[in-house]
Amino acid sequence: MKSRTGKRRYTVIGLLLTALMLFPVYWMLNVSLTPQQDMRKSPPDLLPLHPTFEGYRAVLNDQMPYLGTSLLIGLGTVALTLLLAAPAGFALAKLRPFGGGALGLVLLIAQMIPGIVMAMGFYGIFLDLGLLNSWWGLIIADSTIAVPFGVMIFTAFMSGIPGELIAAARIDGAGTFRTFWSIVLPVSRNALVTVSLFSFLWAWSDFVFANTLDGGGDLRPITLGIYKYIGNNNQEWNSIMATAVVASIPAAVLLVLAQRYVAAGVTAGAVKD
Amino acid sequence: MTIARVDRRSRRSPARSGATGTGQRTDASALRRRQHRGSRLTALAFIAPLVVYLAAFYLYPLYRNLDLSLRDYTVRSFVAGDAPFSGLDNFRTVLDDPTFGPAMRHTVIFTFGSIVFQYAAGLALAVFFNRHFRLAPTLRALFLIPWLLPLIVSASTWSWMFNSESGVINYALHFVGVSPVDWLNSPDWALTSVVIANIWIGIPFNLVILYSGLQNIPGELYEAASLDGAGAWQQFRRITFPLLRPVSAITLLLGLVYTLKVFDLIWIMTKGGPGDASSTLATWSYQLGFGTLLPKFGPGAAVGNILILIALVFGLLYIRVQRRQEA
Repeated sequence: MKSRTGKRRYTVIGLLLTALMLFPVYWMLNVSLTPQQDMRKSPPDLLPLHPTFEGYRAVLNDQMPYLGTSLLIGLGTVALTLLLAAPAGFALAKLRPFGGGALGLVLLIAQMIPGIVMAMGFYGIFLDLGLLNSWWGLIIADSTIAVPFGVMIFTAFMSGIPGELIAAARIDGAGTFRTFWSIVLPVSRNALVTVSLFSFLWAWSDFVFANTLDGGGDLRPITLGIYKYIGNNNQEWNSIMATAVVASIPAAVLLVLAQRYVAAGVTAGAVKD
Repeated sequence: MTIARVDRRSRRSPARSGATGTGQRTDASALRRRQHRGSRLTALAFIAPLVVYLAAFYLYPLYRNLDLSLRDYTVRSFVAGDAPFSGLDNFRTVLDDPTFGPAMRHTVIFTFGSIVFQYAAGLALAVFFNRHFRLAPTLRALFLIPWLLPLIVSASTWSWMFNSESGVINYALHFVGVSPVDWLNSPDWALTSVVIANIWIGIPFNLVILYSGLQNIPGELYEAASLDGAGAWQQFRRITFPLLRPVSAITLLLGLVYTLKVFDLIWIMTKGGPGDASSTLATWSYQLGFGTLLPKFGPGAAVGNILILIALVFGLLYIRVQRRQEA
C-alpha cells in the first residue's frame, strides 16, 4: 500500500517535470494563437483565451512554397542517403572489404566536423559549379549530415543478421546483389526506418546549409521562411510562432509513430552494449 | 559492435575445422582464396559509391576550406579563383584580432556551461525515470521533443520568451522580485541566454543515453544495498554513479564535440551580439565569411579550421575512450 502511494507521488512529480520541460513548446502554441493587439500585453495571457487563427492564415498565404520545398529536399535527402548508406553498411557488415576498419573511423570523424566549415567549403564548390541556390545542390549538402550516421546504423544492424541466412541464399544460387536486395534489405526494415526518419528530420531542420547555399534561390526551405519572418523585423509573433508550429509537425509525427526508433537513433554510436 | 565481433568469430570457425584434414588443405585454401578475391571485388562495388561520395562531398569541401584559409581572397578573386597564396597570414590575422580572445572564451563558457548542466539534469532525470512509475515511458518520450524540434523553432521560441518587455521569463521572474532583465540585448546576459536555451535542447540526449546506461546496472545490486541499509543517496553515490562512469565519459565527450559546433541557435537568437558578447568560434567564422557585405573568406575559413582542430582533439579522445571500453 505504502509503495503504491509512493509510486503515485513519482507520477505526479514526473508530470510536473514534463510540464516544466515542455513549457516552451506550450508557449509557442499559445503565442501562435494570440491576437496581435494582445502580444505586448503585460501580464501576458497564459492561456489562449481569445484564440485567433491570423497566424495560421499567414502561414497558408506565405509559407506553403517553403513547406513544399522542405518536403522535396527532405525526401530527396532520404533517397540519396539510403542509396549510399544501405549497400555500404551491408559491405562493412558482411563482405569485409579492404580498409573497412579505416572507413568506419573516417565515418566517425566525419560526424564531428562542424557544419559551418562544410558550408563554407560547399559554398566555394557550388559557386564554381553554378549550383548555388539550387534545391538539389541543397539535397547533396544536407545528405552529408545523415550519410555517416546511416552507414553506421546499417552496419550495426546488418552485422546482427545471421550468416546462415546469407549462406542459404548463396547455396540457392543468389549472387551478392540479389542476396542484398531480396534477403538483407527486407529484414533490415528497422534500420531503413530509423535512417529514413533521421535523414528526413535533419534535412527538414537544416538551417546552416540552407542559409549559406540557398539564400537567394526560388525554392527555399521552411527554415529560411521562418528566418525571413524574424529578419524582416516582423513583430507579428503569432505568424512566426504559427510557422514554427507547422514546421514542428514532422518532429511530432516522428515521435508518435516511431518513438522506439528515435531512442535507438539517439543511443546508436554512443552506447554499445 | 559486440554483435559484429561474435559474428566474425563464428564465421572463422568452420575454416579452422576444415584445416584438420591435411590432404584437402591446399585445395580448399586455393578455392577459398579465389572466392575471397571475388567477394573482395563485390565488396568494393558495394562500398565504392560511398567512398567516391566521401571524397567529393567531405574531403573536397574540407580541402577547399583549407585552401581558402591559406590564400588572400577578395570577393573578386573568390569568383575568379586566382587568389595569391599567403601561407599562414590568415591565421595570424585571426589570432591578432581583438575578437579572438572573447570568441575563444565564449566558446569555452558556452560548451562547458551547456554540457555540465545538460549532464546533471539528464542524470537526475534518468535516475528518476528508472523508478518505473505509471506513465514513465510516455513522459520519457515527451522529454525527447526539444531535441527533435528544428533548431530555428526552438531558437525563435526562446527569443520571444527572453524578450525584455513582453517575454514570459521576465514575467515569471517578477514574481520572485527580480526586475526585468534585457536578456538578448545586454552584453552581460546574451551568452547566458543562449546557454540556457542550449541546455534545454541538450537534456534529452543526455537523458536517453544515461537512461540506457542505467538499464545495464543489475537490479540485485540495489536490492543488496537496501538490505544493508543504504539509502537512496548512498545507493546513487556508491552504485549508480561509479557504474555509470563509462557511459558518462562517452556522453560528456560526445556532448562536448556536438556543442563545440553549435551555430544555428546562437546565430538565430543573437547573431553573436550585442557586439561580440555571445560570439563563439562557430558564429565568428560565419560572421567573417557570410555575415557582412564585405566577406572575409580567408580569415573565416581560418577560424573554421581552428574549430575543426579543437573538435578533432576531443573527437579522437572520444574514439579512444570508446575503443577502450569495447576491448
